[in-house]
Amino acid sequence: MADQSKLYRETVKGLWKENPVFIQLLGLCPALAVTNSAINGVAMGGATTFVLVGSSILVSLFRNLIPKQVRITSFIITIATFVTVADLTLQALLPAIHKELGAFIALIVVNCLILGRQEAFASRNKLPYAIGDAAGMSVGFTFALVILGGIREILGSGTLFGFPLFGESFEPWVIMILPPGGFLTLGVLLIIFAQFKKSRARKALVRLEKEAA
Amino acid sequence: MASDKKGAGPFRLIATLGLAGLFSGLVLVTVYLATQPLILENQAKALEAAIYQVVPGSETRKAYVVEDGKLVPFNAQGNNLPSGDAVFAALDAQGKLVGFGIPSEGAGFQDTIKLIYGYNPENKRVTGMQVLESRETPGLGDKIIKDLNFLSNFENLAIEPEVVSVAAGSKKNENEVDSISGATISSKAIVKIINSGNSKYLSLISALMESEEKP
Repeated sequence: MADQSKLYRETVKGLWKENPVFIQLLGLCPALAVTNSAINGVAMGGATTFVLVGSSILVSLFRNLIPKQVRITSFIITIATFVTVADLTLQALLPAIHKELGAFIALIVVNCLILGRQEAFASRNKLPYAIGDAAGMSVGFTFALVILGGIREILGSGTLFGFPLFGESFEPWVIMILPPGGFLTLGVLLIIFAQFKKSRARKALVRLEKEAA
Repeated sequence: MASDKKGAGPFRLIATLGLAGLFSGLVLVTVYLATQPLILENQAKALEAAIYQVVPGSETRKAYVVEDGKLVPFNAQGNNLPSGDAVFAALDAQGKLVGFGIPSEGAGFQDTIKLIYGYNPENKRVTGMQVLESRETPGLGDKIIKDLNFLSNFENLAIEPEVVSVAAGSKKNENEVDSISGATISSKAIVKIINSGNSKYLSLISALMESEEKP
């Protein structure tokens, strides 16, 4: 069976250390396009989770049967099938959310995060690790989308998950829920993440030097 | 990939993709068949709710479709709604006609806007408007869906000689619609769509009402 500590490592890495949006900068198209409110971030994250975990399971199960020459095509067929299932299910069960996300559900097919995880991980690893990796990456992706959506919704509409936060006098920064707001928010968050990483690396260096001395 | 040894032959490649496609097709057909009734039901529910919203006081509706340049009653099986060009006669609890729900569509700022508006043939007024489908700019153009000040323009709107959109806050006459500032194009699009619905259906509706009055 799976080695527990490796399984843990592969699962947790997607949350923070290799966060798909903030560190790997993958899947930015949906991350910028639909995050004008926190609830959209949750829905997009949920749909992406379903597709990523589903395709990773199939790709990992069949990894020894798929010839290398047609692997990308097979991945895309798998991903596209899951996306269509997600699209139809959302349309049937949650029409309001589907209306909000519109074309972006169908565009999960070309989310490079999903194809990237199949090629780089699921097609080379055993099932438990593939599931762990996909789940971790999905949670990391959803987390990033909700953060982006939350910040943009608070500043751009003065609400969070639809609940008004400020009084009548608050003038929303409309730009935050328009495309430029997505770039601005992501840029600022990337600066924060980069600073955080740098200061952690510096601390680790100081510690090593102390130990050496 | 374990099958790297010597590479796979063409038969293997075709078989892999063929099988993948086959299974994918099977899954999709199953899910489509399972979800389609629900999806249609959702759309019908949204349309139905919109009719009652735009024609105040209405509780039931009767669908009419366009056939040979005339409105004829739509014979629905079950609770189905017509898919093509149609108008809805909205009736109150006693079965008295209170107005018509008229669906119409046209170009918006980014994509086609589909809407339905209520029409009262007695005083020739628009009684309400609801956007069914649109992809206008979030935060600006999409105010046409929820902006209450804008929507209130349509609650008692004269349609003769035609509906006119005017700059925000300058509505003076009963056939004028205040635009939303920052969403002028979307506001104008709504007015245009209502006018096109009027020119398409109003003569049909008055013909229908005349023919229904004399038995």
